[in-house]
Order: sequence, then C-alpha cells, then structure tokens
Amino acid sequence: MNGRLLRWLLPMAGGTALVGLWYALRHAFGIPAWLLPVPHEILEALGRERALIGAAAWQTTQSALLGFLSAAAGGLVCAILLASSRPVRLALYPYLLILQMTPVIVLAPFIVLWAGRGMGSIVIVTFIVSFFPVVVNTTHGMVSTDRGLVELFDVCNAGPLQRIFLLHLPFATPYYFAGLRIAATLAPIGAIFAEYVTGSIAGGTGGLGFLASVFNQRQMRAELLAVALTSCVLGFVFLAVIATVNRLLLRRWHASATPADA
Amino acid sequence: MTVPLDAHVVLRGVAKRFGDGPPVLAQVDFAVQLGSFVSLIGPSGCGKSTLLRMIAALSPATSGEILIDGRSPERGQPGVAFIFQEPTLLPWLPVQANIEVPLRIRRVARAERERRAAEMLRLVRLEHVRGHYPRELSGGMKMRVSVARALVQSPRLLLMDEPFGALDEMTRHHLNEELLEIREAERWTAFFVTHSVAEAVFLSDRILVMAARPGCIVADVPVPFAYPRGPELREQRDYHDLVDRVAQLLRAGEKGEGR
Ligand SMILES: Nc1ncnc2c1ncn2[C@@H]1O[C@H](COP(=O)(O)OP(=O)(O)OP(=O)(O)O)[C@@H](O)[C@H]1O
Ligand SMILES: [Mg+2]
Repeated sequence: MNGRLLRWLLPMAGGTALVGLWYALRHAFGIPAWLLPVPHEILEALGRERALIGAAAWQTTQSALLGFLSAAAGGLVCAILLASSRPVRLALYPYLLILQMTPVIVLAPFIVLWAGRGMGSIVIVTFIVSFFPVVVNTTHGMVSTDRGLVELFDVCNAGPLQRIFLLHLPFATPYYFAGLRIAATLAPIGAIFAEYVTGSIAGGTGGLGFLASVFNQRQMRAELLAVALTSCVLGFVFLAVIATVNRLLLRRWHASATPADA
Repeated sequence: MTVPLDAHVVLRGVAKRFGDGPPVLAQVDFAVQLGSFVSLIGPSGCGKSTLLRMIAALSPATSGEILIDGRSPERGQPGVAFIFQEPTLLPWLPVQANIEVPLRIRRVARAERERRAAEMLRLVRLEHVRGHYPRELSGGMKMRVSVARALVQSPRLLLMDEPFGALDEMTRHHLNEELLEIREAERWTAFFVTHSVAEAVFLSDRILVMAARPGCIVADVPVPFAYPRGPELREQRDYHDLVDRVAQLLRAGEKGEGR
C-alpha cells in the first residue's frame, strides 16, 4: 500500500476506533446523554445553534488573529533585541520566564481593569499566551547560528545590522516558524479563555468563550462540546495556514519543509 | 630572519596560546612572497588553522608580529579572502546569491555584484546550477561555490584551510587543477593549509612543514616544477620523489627530529 493512502487511512482508522469506544462507553455503562453526549448529538447541537456558534466563532477568530499577529510581530522584534546583545538577554530573559509562568487567570482581571471589557483585553491575553513560544524559539535559532557561517561574516567584517538581516534572521526562520506553530494552536485557546473570563467578569463580549460560559450555566452539554469542536477546527485552520506559509517559504532549503526523498 | 622585499605576508616570532593552556604555536617565522603559492602541512592539531586564523585577524597572536603588505591584519581588509574547510554556504540562498554575499557585505551595487558573480560562475563552471540551493549540490560543487565566493572579492591574498580535505581523491584532483588554471589568469598569492603531501606538492612552489606541541616550522621545501602544471605532473618521477621527501620530513618532524 502506498504511503499517501496510509497517511489518510491511519488517522481515519484511529478516529473511527475512538468514536466507537465513545459510543461503547455510553451504552455499556448506560451513561445518560447529559453526562456524556455522543458525536451525533454534538453535531445536531452544532446544527441547531449554527447561527449563534458561527457568529461567536467569527468574533473569536478576529481576536485570536489579532493576538496571534501581534505576538508574531512583537515576538520577532523582541527576539532580535534579545539575540543581538548578551547583556540584554541576561537582563530580560528571567522576567520573560516569570511572565510566562504567571497563570493568565491571575493577569486577566488586571488586563480587563486596564483595557476595558471589550476586544482589547481579549487580544492582549491572546498576545501574552502566544508571544512566549515565538520569542524563545526565534532567539534560540538566532543564537545557535552555525559557527562556520558566523566566521564567514567575521572574515568579511560584517556590521551588526548585516549580521542580523543577512545571517541570523534567515538562519532562525525555521525556528521562528516552529514558534509560530505553537502560537497558532495557543491563540484560539487564549482568545476563548479570555472571552470566558471577561464574559463572566463583565457581562459578555461575545465569542466562543462567552458562548461556552452561557451553555455551561444552562447545562447545555452537547452545545458546550459543539463549541469545543468549533474551537478545534479554528486551531487546525490556524495551524494549516502557518504550515502552508512555512512550506512555501522554506521549501527549497530546509528539511522541515522538504520531502525526504526529493 | 631576513625579509625579502617582495614579501606579501610576514610572520616574526609569532606565538599563540589559548588562555593559560600550553603554547599551541611557538616562534613561527616566515615570509610569503608576492604571487607565490605556499602550502603549510603538518600533523593534526599542530596549529595550522590557528596560524591561518591569525593571518585573517580572526584571532590575535599572543606575541610576535604579523604583517600583510607591511600592515597588521584587519578583519575585512580588502584584498584578502578566506576559504574554509567546510563550504559554509548559506542554505537559504541559491548559488549565485551565495557568491554575492561578500560583495553585499561590502555594499557593492547590485548590478556590479551580479556581473562579478556571473563571471565567477563561469570560472568555476557552475553556470548551469546558478539558481540551485546548496542542498541540491554535490560536495565538490559546494566547494567550487565556496571558491567562487572567495574569488569574487578579487583577492590578492587567498587563505585556504584544507578546502578540499573532505572530498574524494578524484574530485580533489580536479579541483586542484582548476585552482591552478584559475590562478594562471589571476595571480593571487596563495597560502594553503593541507594534510595531503601530494596536494601540497602539486599546487605549491614552496612547502612549509610543521611539527606539533608546540607548533613550529621544521622544514621549508621549494617545489621546482614550472607552472602551468597539469595532471601529467602526477605521473612524473621527480614529483613522486618530492612527495616522498616531504612525507619523510613530516614524519621526522612528528618524531621531534631536526629541532
Ligand atoms: N579556540 C580554542 N581554544 C582552545 N584551544 C584551541 C582553540 N582552537 C584551537 N585550539 C587548540 O590549538 C591546537 C591547534 O589547533 P588547530 O585547529 O590550529 O590545529 P590544526 O593544525 O588546524 O589541526 P587539523 O589538521 O586537525 O585541522 C589544538 O591542540 C587545539 O586543541
Ligand atoms: Mg585545521
């Protein structure tokens, strides 16, 4: 059997097995629908609430995209600063770690206080959540630039800007994309989380997170899982876009984007 | 030491140690004449790369004096180019753009850059792969790109650190012949580090033999064969005799004789 067919068949087989297990659990133990909705009930709920969920998903997409793009840009700028100077790196890196290790749920109320209850807060939370992997990966890529290439630039006495733009940044591009991939999966989750929090704090701003809190309060479990399904789809779309850009940009030179036998 | 008037590179009493480790190089004296092809040969770890890196100002001498055209070496000085042991190509740039890198660093205008890179591609016979990326090239082709990238700077002094050391013998022979052919037209001074006696004899008009711990020069051997040299040199009796003699000097140096 050829490889491409397997690449499709195996995930389908895995998915079928999992869904089968899901139904089997429900029926074998006689679990009620409100405790464990099964896939067709979730899809029905999705169909029923498609207008509501669709509008919320669009709202979330906008926030997640803005947060992601600002993390992609801000993370890049921050990585350039960190990688260009060892003292700056030593001075700031520990605090970057602290920012990452502080639970967002603690920061979120402050952000709402400062930025209001609208989309601004949600974008900021999304930014904070997805910024870290971009900075860390890109900085790591830039400082691990191949020694031989650095020596070439030494011999030619290249200036600091030439080193960054002709050498370190191109070298770090695959690392940047590795960071963007993680950020792309985190951004929708971050946005939904922020919507959930700001929604419960301040009366609601729409989005999948707010919708989830409403469905949760009304104990609409199948609808709740329909929201989860929608956010998964959103995450996959984000990831697919990044993977495609990665492949187009790095196709000719980097192993992450080239088929093994090409 | 008497320094000839037409010396291009001069080393006087050069020594090197890293930190407070043992001396890597002790008291190295020699001069490389303008337009000559000098090879440096010696056992692994004797400090050949270190010596070359000091001449390229990549690392400072601990004591002694190095002069290029009568002045201390500087990074990025015009007229000096370096070829590394590895091809060190930028994997994200196609062949021609790789060749243009040193010119970009020196802010040469785009049209001029492209003209000179195209000329180099012709010189190393790689016009057919100008748009290829390094991963699409063979080891020998990558090294030819690396040579082109050095020559595009129109060097007067070419420093080479075992540039063909990682290649198979046949490819190395080809590249040796190509290198001499190119030099017929350009006449830069060459300072060539190698661990292959045959390569040193084939290429150079003079061979410096080093010994290790601490690194120093134990023999200075002139190579009398006239240029231009072609592959037929490798079949000549004199050539093999000289290869044997240099190999002997190298072994004697390793055993610590002649010091
Ligand atoms: N940056 C460094 N720090 C400390 N020691 C070094 C450094 N670079 C080289 N050395 C030491 O200096 C000695 C000479 O190294 P060098 O690379 O010049 O040898 P070489 O003659 O080029 O060897 P090879 O033929 O294997 O390339 C070695 O013993 C090495 O361990
Ligand atoms: Mg070496």
